Amino acid sequence: MSTNKLDQLYRSVIMEHYKHPKNKGVLENGNVTIDMNNPTCGDVIRLTMNVEDDIVKDVNFEGEGCSISMASASMMTQMIKGMTTEEAVKLAHSFSDMMLGKDLDESIELDDLEALSGVAQFPARIKCATLSWKAMEKGVSGESQ
Amino acid sequence: MLSKDIRNHFPILDQEINGHPLVYLDSAATSQKPVQVIETLDRYYRFDNSNVHRGVHTLGNRATDGYEGAREKVRKFINAKSTQEVIFMRGTTTAINTVAQSYGRANVSEGDEIVITHMEHHSNIIPWQQLAKETGAVLKYIDLEEDGTLSLDKVRETITDKTKIVSIMYVSNVLGTMNPIEEITKIAHQHGAVMCVDAAQAAPHLKIDVQNLDCDFLAFSGHKMCGPTGIGVLYGKKDLLNNMEPIEFGGEMIDFVGLYESTWKELPWKFEGGTPIIAGAIGLGAAIDFLEEIGLDAIEQHEHELAGYAMDKMSEIDGLTIYGPRDPDKRAGLVTFNLDDVHPHDVATVLDMNGIAVRAGHHCAQPLMKWLQVSSTARASFYLYNTTDDVDRLVEGLRTTKEYFNDVY
Repeated sequence: MSTNKLDQLYRSVIMEHYKHPKNKGVLENGNVTIDMNNPTCGDVIRLTMNVEDDIVKDVNFEGEGCSISMASASMMTQMIKGMTTEEAVKLAHSFSDMMLGKDLDESIELDDLEALSGVAQFPARIKCATLSWKAMEKGVSGESQ
Repeated sequence: MLSKDIRNHFPILDQEINGHPLVYLDSAATSQKPVQVIETLDRYYRFDNSNVHRGVHTLGNRATDGYEGAREKVRKFINAKSTQEVIFMRGTTTAINTVAQSYGRANVSEGDEIVITHMEHHSNIIPWQQLAKETGAVLKYIDLEEDGTLSLDKVRETITDKTKIVSIMYVSNVLGTMNPIEEITKIAHQHGAVMCVDAAQAAPHLKIDVQNLDCDFLAFSGHKMCGPTGIGVLYGKKDLLNNMEPIEFGGEMIDFVGLYESTWKELPWKFEGGTPIIAGAIGLGAAIDFLEEIGLDAIEQHEHELAGYAMDKMSEIDGLTIYGPRDPDKRAGLVTFNLDDVHPHDVATVLDMNGIAVRAGHHCAQPLMKWLQVSSTARASFYLYNTTDDVDRLVEGLRTTKEYFNDVY
């Protein structure tokens, strides 16, 4: 088996986030709710955020999906908490670039997210990784429901 | 079981994927194509390509003969009374939409009922949802038994004198269930409803006889039965089709065109507006020749044995859940499953790294996923070119998947 390639996809930090997701649940005091799904595979996510003065004060996610989509959501919530909406959107764009295999601005701190860089080699799985980020971008840009 | 030599007709199967010989187990999504079909398409474009039913030149005649010859092959394949009852379309989806928009709009009104089941593919749900919304009709679902089959008692309870259309799949693309279409058709007719059959998963695998079924409409796609993509068939009873209006208007389907009024050609051409899918139809004809030479009964038997073998072997894997009827006599050649808590996408990715192609997702059947109380599943589907070796590779791949995720979890 091409275990090496697989190991690049399923890095231990991803499996750790999948097994023990951060910020899982629904925010009671959230003022932004976004539901998004991936119609080609059935993954669903609900993002609840508390955005005040253009700062993401708190964020939770709930959903069903594969290890990649759920781990990505967990990492995303961990990273954007406390960011300004502008910073969060900028990070989402950097993440999107990483999925497309583009070179990244080195000034951006990716932390755990770096583990998802292997997804770029699995084109069928890129949408799994980007689902929660798309939901977040929609939320902070004021397109909430 | 069929001979393993059948694989040799399918050049695509002879390749490595991620360093392993390809095991293709996604034929319910689309089948692979035998060299006979590929060469027929190649020959058509090299030597015979022309438009049909017009012009007097030799190529035009060859193309027309090929196209109409394919229609006769389809007629025989499903045992329709006449080629007038065989309409070429893009696929099952277009065919069912045509029935909904043409027959449905003319015959369904407020308070009437349309009856389908919980196991349908989206292509046999949404056309009826739309029709119900437009007309004010009620869309009713026949509930499934616990093992994923239909009971005729529930069919009888759901279909009433208000029912105008019953539309049900012949074989389920997820559960593998083979539905009792002949009996359901009788019940529909007792209440004056027409019976429409989604045969997308039946036509590739078993002998269809529309006269025996007595169904009013039947739809299937060429690409799932060794033919090209972009060609499918709508069968309809002549009396019904004669009274239906086309839904696509333009070239090829007209008789006389005036400034403000036009008239239509006779059947089947009035439903084939625009330049038809000539190469696709001829390719479908070649696929039918290929399947009939092997024999649909032999193909059905082969898949049946393969699915039985797969269910036995897969059941030995701890934590593997199989959906649909357990009785092999009640199911077709596919196995839908989940492995422990491993998400089907993750299963499919690990299998792909082992050269094994399976489908993962909701299989265009979201209401059925809801009924099964899962968000998605994985599916291995078999066809005439698959062997017990393929099943062994799948089982080995699933064991590897399980170990892999046990390790990394």
